Amino acid sequence: MRQPSHLGTLAMAALVWASVGLTQPAHAVNAPDGAPNPTASSVNEDLLFRQAPTIGGRVSIPDAKAANLIQPQGREWRDFRESWLPWIGGLAILGMIAALALFYFTRGRIRLEHSEESGRKLLRFNGFERFTHWMTATCFIVLGLSGLNYIFGKRLLMPLIGPDAFAALSQWAKYAHVYLAWPFMLGVVFMLVVWVRDNIPNRIDVQWIRQGGGFLGDQHPHAERFNAGQKVVFWMVIGFGFAMSATGLVMLFPFAATDINGMQIVQGVHALIGVVFIAAILAHIYIGSLGMEGAYDAMGSGEVDLAWAKVHHDLWVKEQLAKTASGPQLGRGQVPAE
Amino acid sequence: MARMKFLCDADRCIECNACVTACKNEHEVPWGINRRRVITLNDGKPGERSVSMACMHCTDAPCAAVCPVNCFYTTADAVVLHSKDLCIGCGYCFYACPFGAPQYPRVGNFGSRGKMDKCTYCSGGPEADLSTIEYEKYGSNRLAEGKLPLCAEMCSTKALLAGDGEMIAQIYKERVIKRGYGSGAWGWKTAYRETIAI
Repeated sequence: MRQPSHLGTLAMAALVWASVGLTQPAHAVNAPDGAPNPTASSVNEDLLFRQAPTIGGRVSIPDAKAANLIQPQGREWRDFRESWLPWIGGLAILGMIAALALFYFTRGRIRLEHSEESGRKLLRFNGFERFTHWMTATCFIVLGLSGLNYIFGKRLLMPLIGPDAFAALSQWAKYAHVYLAWPFMLGVVFMLVVWVRDNIPNRIDVQWIRQGGGFLGDQHPHAERFNAGQKVVFWMVIGFGFAMSATGLVMLFPFAATDINGMQIVQGVHALIGVVFIAAILAHIYIGSLGMEGAYDAMGSGEVDLAWAKVHHDLWVKEQLAKTASGPQLGRGQVPAE
Repeated sequence: MARMKFLCDADRCIECNACVTACKNEHEVPWGINRRRVITLNDGKPGERSVSMACMHCTDAPCAAVCPVNCFYTTADAVVLHSKDLCIGCGYCFYACPFGAPQYPRVGNFGSRGKMDKCTYCSGGPEADLSTIEYEKYGSNRLAEGKLPLCAEMCSTKALLAGDGEMIAQIYKERVIKRGYGSGAWGWKTAYRETIAI
């Protein structure tokens, strides 16, 4: 009888010891002099990190951000900004430049096809449309370059011009980025208002895409005022423009709308969309200038060659000519006497 | 050379905020900028704890890594400092900093931040040691005078320790062994990727 009882006591003791070891935190043991630990019930770092990804509390100063004690997510944001973003941005932009160069050297410049209607002009974009385009475009170029400076400046430009000149330049680039954001946002809104009507996708676009937009074969698919490719550019500018505006506004008023982790995500989204936006606009710049003869006039003088227009936007030309056979839509002095 | 660190013994911190006041006064830190603050966790509840926090002068500092103009540098004492002449006030260091150390004076519209300001470990900046211009931009340079940061030097309970990492870790270890408990070196895992083994 004595033996089992002794074993049972031992087993009980082992159980009690094990359960104490499991439930009592290591720091709860008494001091060497036997005094109890006065902070035994206090929270500690490991415990708080198991409960939430950041540790925060209360501060006695008005700055609410200061109540964050430790936010290790800064490290992930750093990894994104320093390890991922330069590669994603570099590949997107250099990849687009390489693709455009390849297209230029294989397909060449898309030439204006001369016909008997060459020389007659048709108004394609009025003054306000051109103003809107160039205001937004100018802002975009400055915003794009100053934005890229945040990522690549210290890697590419600083070794060339030195830290002092680079810091001064970056300071002005930051001011430009912050202030030109406003006319850019206004421009995106203007663009939506003046061009949304002509950019609603329809069945003609399906046909245009099916025929490769005229890039692949010799045949030119039908198109209204804007072909499917231009509509894609329009909706991309609107979508990315609003996304950049929304994320940019959050950063223009830091911590007004979100906390530190929110700011990190917003900055990441802004930067990622930014580099993709820049790469996409490079293609738009290419096709509107070097890539296609006659295309630049539409946004330059606003008047395009009738021969070009008939090839690229046949349905729109038909509509315009029907509206005003010899009216103000036709260029001055170039209307043949009929 | 030493590897300077801060260590806040949270079992001793009584949230008196004297370190905050001392810092503000020593460096004439402007209104709205706090190089150091005391954060109270579980405020008013059982298990409440206070920790004094400022720039931890991290190993492989995230602020320095993300800075778009590379304005940060690390001194021979492993103190992380920055140049206000180069800083453009973009705010990236605040996003990267795990401890919320960088501070920005508000200087204009649209959240435009002025030159970043943060704890210098009482060791000034890139200007000549103990010069007037250094004091105006970065505050006093106690390290150049052979003194440690004022916040830790005048801490009434000696909760906040500053000095060479190994020395303050040793002091903390001896304390913990003598009194029998300790909650560890807050932020060390994040700042230095190490803890104090006792």
